[in-house]
Amino acid sequence: MQKPIATTRSATGIPTGRLAVWWVLASEIVIFGGLLASYVMHRIGHPEWAVAASHTNTWIGATNTFVLLTSSFTAVLAHQAAEHGDGRTAAKYLFMTIGGACTFILIKSLEWTHEIREGFVIQANGFWSFYYTAAGLHALHVIAGAIVMAFVARDAMKGRELHRVELVGIYWHFVDVIWIFLFPLLYIAK
Amino acid sequence: MAHASATEAHAHEHATHEHHGPQGILKYIWSTDHKVIAMQYLFTGMFMAMVGGFMAYVFRMQLAFPGKSVPLFGYVSPGEYNALITGHGSIMIFWVAMPVLIAAFGNFLIPLMVGADDMVFPRINRLSYQVFLLSVLVILSSLFVKGGGFGGAWTSYPPLSANADYNLTPLGSSMWLVAVALEFVAFLLGGINFITTLMNSRAPGMKAYDIPMVPWMIVIASILFMLSVGPLIAGAIMLFFDQNLGTGFFDPTRGGDPVLWQHLFWFFGHPEVYVVLLPAVGIVIDVVATFARKKLFGYKTLLYTAVATGVLSFFVWAHHQFIAGIDPRMANIFTVTTLLISVPIAEMCFVIIATLYGGDIRLKVPMLWALAFVGEFLIGGVTGIFLGASGADAYLHETYFVLAHFHYTFFPIAIIGTFAGFTYWFPKMFGRMMNETLGKIHFWGTIIPFNFIFIPLFVLGLDGQQRRIYNFQNFPELQHLQPVRILATISLVVMLFFQLFFFWNVIQSWWKGPKAPRNPWKSNTLEWTTESPPPHGNWPADEMPKVYRGPYEYNHPDREEDYWPQNLPA
Amino acid sequence: MLHGLIPEASSFAGNIDWLIFLVLVLVGFWFILAEGVFFWLIFRFRNRPGHTGQYLTGKEKHVKRWINIPHALVLVCDVIIVIAAVRVWYVVKMDLPPADYTVRVTGQQWAWVFQQPGADGQLDTSDDIFTTDSLHVEVNKTYQFLLESRDVIHDFSVPVFRLKQDAVPGRTITGWFRPTETGTFDVQCAKLCGIGHGVMEGSVVVEDPAQHTAWVAKNTPMGAQ
Repeated sequence: MQKPIATTRSATGIPTGRLAVWWVLASEIVIFGGLLASYVMHRIGHPEWAVAASHTNTWIGATNTFVLLTSSFTAVLAHQAAEHGDGRTAAKYLFMTIGGACTFILIKSLEWTHEIREGFVIQANGFWSFYYTAAGLHALHVIAGAIVMAFVARDAMKGRELHRVELVGIYWHFVDVIWIFLFPLLYIAK
Repeated sequence: MAHASATEAHAHEHATHEHHGPQGILKYIWSTDHKVIAMQYLFTGMFMAMVGGFMAYVFRMQLAFPGKSVPLFGYVSPGEYNALITGHGSIMIFWVAMPVLIAAFGNFLIPLMVGADDMVFPRINRLSYQVFLLSVLVILSSLFVKGGGFGGAWTSYPPLSANADYNLTPLGSSMWLVAVALEFVAFLLGGINFITTLMNSRAPGMKAYDIPMVPWMIVIASILFMLSVGPLIAGAIMLFFDQNLGTGFFDPTRGGDPVLWQHLFWFFGHPEVYVVLLPAVGIVIDVVATFARKKLFGYKTLLYTAVATGVLSFFVWAHHQFIAGIDPRMANIFTVTTLLISVPIAEMCFVIIATLYGGDIRLKVPMLWALAFVGEFLIGGVTGIFLGASGADAYLHETYFVLAHFHYTFFPIAIIGTFAGFTYWFPKMFGRMMNETLGKIHFWGTIIPFNFIFIPLFVLGLDGQQRRIYNFQNFPELQHLQPVRILATISLVVMLFFQLFFFWNVIQSWWKGPKAPRNPWKSNTLEWTTESPPPHGNWPADEMPKVYRGPYEYNHPDREEDYWPQNLPA
Repeated sequence: MLHGLIPEASSFAGNIDWLIFLVLVLVGFWFILAEGVFFWLIFRFRNRPGHTGQYLTGKEKHVKRWINIPHALVLVCDVIIVIAAVRVWYVVKMDLPPADYTVRVTGQQWAWVFQQPGADGQLDTSDDIFTTDSLHVEVNKTYQFLLESRDVIHDFSVPVFRLKQDAVPGRTITGWFRPTETGTFDVQCAKLCGIGHGVMEGSVVVEDPAQHTAWVAKNTPMGAQ
């Protein structure tokens, strides 16, 4: 499809793709914000949830935090390579980021399997309902981001659409930031 | 699709906007052209308006003649009544007002009015309509599933909406929720295009204050939507889980809180009314400026009050919950903010009225609609004050007074505003002129009965008639008001009858109306500089417009003509 | 003013009606003014032979005045309304005068259940009277109600009292009223609560002291005195 002239203009000076990603992020922040605000309000009103919260595994949470932060770092390296026009290197780092995403999901799957086996299911009580909903929504965004990243990486390997490396990187940092909020709320507040 | 490889061929393609896309009927289904997508939204929205209008007809017939079989429907059971009012409200807001005012007019007009050849992300644009269409299919089929359509009102309060033992519509409830969520996704996707196209894809020379009101208002509305819908999406996920996974987010027996849903809903719900108001105001402003041949009285004021309204709208939501069991002290705060928000809105009305001063007013059909918007919306606006005053709302909440208030805002927004825009841009969209006489008959046949439907409802509300009840003959104190209910219903039927004139006008104008020139209304904005209807790409690639002045330079002293198009060099 | 349409039968009904009337006067003034100016301008500046439009930028002080002054006056009216509203709200919803009697009102799908004191005048004792759909009260006595719900959100509304309060499951919400007229008055559920929302009609029977004492005596459960 032919790119419209509209796509190439930039009256604000900001590249259009970047504008779009920031708007997407703004709406996502409000979604997670609403969910987490609801959680915090409930948590304050239900001190007994601390009992349920004590069963989350802080070490696994911390490991996953480390995994995501590292993947954000590789995303930055990918962006740097893209800035220099080096699509192959950018793609390499993007695939590492995707690897981080897969690791995150794998660890989470094992973690959840264990918790479900212990009887901590989503219906168990209010804490666990929020736990699975918030972390699950986040995980969905991780998976979606990884898929989009794969497409961007494939194009980058061919030297095409390198500006998208930065855009998917911005999205990825956002996914990371959401986790930075989730981690203390779900794993540390006990 | 052919990929041009040679630079020459590429340049040639570019210069003539040759379209190597799908051909034939597929062109209309699979197109990424913003004008085609606009038409898809427009016709879907108009179809849904007929569905929503039919639902109103059925439940108003039940109210006027309780227990009698309604022609074209049959007997209305209490469960069906609830599904009808739920469907009517949900459809009119999410599947009529938003797609028509924002997606249809926005898609058609924004690229044209800023001088671009399309939206920035045409494929995301197409995706947004496809998601929207899916939401239409889900909500319509939800009416026919086992158990019936969801009957918990468009506000869907739990525990009623969360628990099938209470609502008796297990499938319908979840499908309703999924349909609404899909609609939200569609508009989040669409909003990206509106916002980035306005910000970035303007014609050379078009500064921020040279942008006409329609694109500005639609973009501010999109931003408002994107920033307010998040908590409700979170709430919808939570409600869906309550409905289907047995969680207890809103279940007090499980430590949940039903009132939390209300906060999440109305935190979005209140900004939402301004999400639909602002585009309608934008349309009215452009129509008024054109037909009053008059520079807009306070362009910047309008812009700032629109933004102020948007910002303030985040702080008024609990006026929907004064007696919901919230801390009564909170009510005082929300009374203050709610009454405060009446100020920028009043300001907007004053500016539009002031624009008439010194004008040269031509009462063509689009102008009749635009003026009717102002006259009728004023009623909606002032009656909102009664409801914002907490002490009065203690009585008026959930009565027919509320219903009448919001129909005096929503009807001008979704119906009058739409007709103003549709009759104004019909020549541009379809290349034909509409018939003025049929247009006037349709106009008066809509406006007069409209008032006879809803003024009576104010009376019923003051009389203590509560909402969402399928038969008021059950209540001794309300029985004597039956003639009032019958009057409202008959007026509705009359109003629906006069819509036939509209359809007749559209069909006969499209088929054999006089061909429309480029600029039949002698307006200044860029969409009128191209053909009617515009070709793919809107202008030849080497003739994209440049802008030299603002959009409302009518009757400028330096000009002999009483208008001065934006794209004419000085 | 409202009492022309529907009786004022509680002590605070008059407060609410007065507030509605105040709002009516203030917004009515602005409404008529705005619509009047609106229609006059349409007529005055209509297109006719020899008439042309003016070029006004909106920066002209003498024109801007016509916006700024109404703007300020609207704000003043808003402040008046806010003060009046807060005062009425305090009386109806924040204040809780000492009660002569307390009753428990429970909404459920689809009926109202009332628990009233028996002859001993105390709620939650063994001689309490349970009724469905009709609440018997004594005129000119102050009642506190404890409002609950068994299932979904309902709303206890008595239009002649100008009383309305959501009944939220999982909570007990306290309110008050003081009937000032005898008679039998409608109760409507004012929150959609399912398919039976429209058949949840109830009544409040306001009786004079003699009638009420007789009713209580007659309905107090046997053997509980």
